[in-house]
Amino acid sequence: MKYIIAIIRPDRLAEVQRALVERDIYLMTVTDVRGCGRQKGFVAHVRSRAMVNLVTKLKIEMAVNDEFVDAAIDAITLGARTGETGDGKIFVLPLDACVHIRTGTSGAEAIGP
Amino acid sequence: MKTMNPADVSWMLTSSALVLLMVPGLALFYAGMVRAKNVLSTMMHSMVALAIIGVEWVTIGYALAFGDDVGGMGLIGWSSDFVLLSGVTPGQLWPDTGIPIFVHAMFQGMFAIITPALISGALAERIRFSRYCLFVAAWGLLVYTPIAHWVWHPGGWLFKLGALDFAGGTVVHVAAGCSALVAALILRRRQGFPERPVHPSSAANTLFGAGLLWFGWFGFNGGSALASTTSAALAFTVTHVAAAAGAMTWVVVEWRTQAKPTAIGFASGAVAGLVGITPAAGFVSPASALLIGAATSLICFGSVSAMLRFGIDDSLAAFGIHGVGGGFGALLTGLLASKALYDPSAGGGWLIDGNFSQVGVQALGVAATAAFVIPMTATLVKVLDAGAGFTVDAQAEEQGLDIGEHGELAYDLVADVVTAIEIRPRQANRPPVVVTHLLTLDGIAPAVLSERWQALCAAPTPPGDFAAIYPSVARLERTTFRVVGGDAAFAAKHISALFPTATIRLGEPEVHRLADAKTA
Repeated sequence: MKYIIAIIRPDRLAEVQRALVERDIYLMTVTDVRGCGRQKGFVAHVRSRAMVNLVTKLKIEMAVNDEFVDAAIDAITLGARTGETGDGKIFVLPLDACVHIRTGTSGAEAIGP
Repeated sequence: MKTMNPADVSWMLTSSALVLLMVPGLALFYAGMVRAKNVLSTMMHSMVALAIIGVEWVTIGYALAFGDDVGGMGLIGWSSDFVLLSGVTPGQLWPDTGIPIFVHAMFQGMFAIITPALISGALAERIRFSRYCLFVAAWGLLVYTPIAHWVWHPGGWLFKLGALDFAGGTVVHVAAGCSALVAALILRRRQGFPERPVHPSSAANTLFGAGLLWFGWFGFNGGSALASTTSAALAFTVTHVAAAAGAMTWVVVEWRTQAKPTAIGFASGAVAGLVGITPAAGFVSPASALLIGAATSLICFGSVSAMLRFGIDDSLAAFGIHGVGGGFGALLTGLLASKALYDPSAGGGWLIDGNFSQVGVQALGVAATAAFVIPMTATLVKVLDAGAGFTVDAQAEEQGLDIGEHGELAYDLVADVVTAIEIRPRQANRPPVVVTHLLTLDGIAPAVLSERWQALCAAPTPPGDFAAIYPSVARLERTTFRVVGGDAAFAAKHISALFPTATIRLGEPEVHRLADAKTA
């Protein structure tokens, strides 16, 4: 079991989700986040004064069974990519346990498809 | 010869300011209905007209629309005294009124500002700001000033024909609405329209904008008597009645047909009622206003849904409400106008004393406006669409016009994250298969490979071999490329062309039979 965290462009969510669904991966949590990477933020002009802001991004989090890990990473990479700076990153973490609250089951079956 | 009337002056100054308030009202009304990434762009479409037409009107617009009729044809005016109002003294009155020309020029100027701003409702979320500014300037000069002259100048041909347009049902609403339709038909639609739903950024803004429009409309209609008279009182009253009837009708229809009464429906209904009463305001009774407001709202409700069904991207219903509502209101004016109300000394009743021919004159006014506006706007839009184009490219549209065109964000804390994807059921007997090829490079150090690959990704004009495989390369792990889908030989050919010193070893391809994997 792995825990995947991906930071992507907000407007790529639909493509990423489509690519994941094609691979039978449905479960995810999405959060609005702000941050900056190599492009060092976004310059906004307030009454002609330039201010550096953090860029709006989305964070996708998902718990994935081992046989789906590669497929999930492929889906996020290809779906989120525009080829420009700021396409985001994917982090893959080991996942010790997963408990399904309603049924109390744990492990691979608790993650589900 | 009338003398200056302080009551008229104060009411007309107030009315001018009220009409100005409709511009930010319209900005909010429209901005609430677009996505969060286009809010500032949409508001600027309304607000920038204040600046552009504000300057244009005092320089030559007013002279063309309200200057002395040229050649007695009733088509266009010109008075060099009105250029920057340089030949006008502050005490000089507009003929047959008790108000100075300065006040008349400002009041009419506000109308000239809001009319092109209305058109932006059909262009929202996809146009280039620079081209829009040119469009507003050209449209205001070439399209608006002639029609304003026809209908409102005592020498205008529609004025002389006796067409009734109290506050601009044809000049403002039919003209803007028809132009909106033409522009929406010529320019490309928004990406994904009409399948992809547009989530309004804030129905609250739309509701507040509608409230400001309603408030400002008291000046728009109430001031169109150009005096503080019983006619203004009548216009004020029927304006309010029609707006209320329009809002009520739309909400009730929505409730019956779509289960829930929406805030945007309420706002649209109120505006539809206001548009419908505009040409009629000084001529009809409150009972007629009730009918006009309700009927216009109903017709507009139908036309807004029809636009969507025909696949016309009239994004914020500029034609659906202003074009259709303005034309319909102008016809109803012919039917319901009462001479007794407009001029109590004349007596008489409905139908301009039983005279059906007024409906024909009204129809002629609407038809002439449409016939002039449609080819003029079509030409303007075509000319402005040349070169870089009136619309932005697809990528800029996806990013949103606020950042792309203005370099700002309306809501700094809200991301435009609401997306909709379609999940199609797939055929059970054909599980999809995704093949991932693993290509390992020998004879090149991982660090060297990584550095060279990153350089290729950053190159402004990468080689063709890179472009061919880049979209399917999901990962580079040490010296192994994961290539999703396609043909392994194709990938190997291009990768070896990029790294000629290395040799390629093909790994066992991963075959994801997804339906099987799910049960494994």
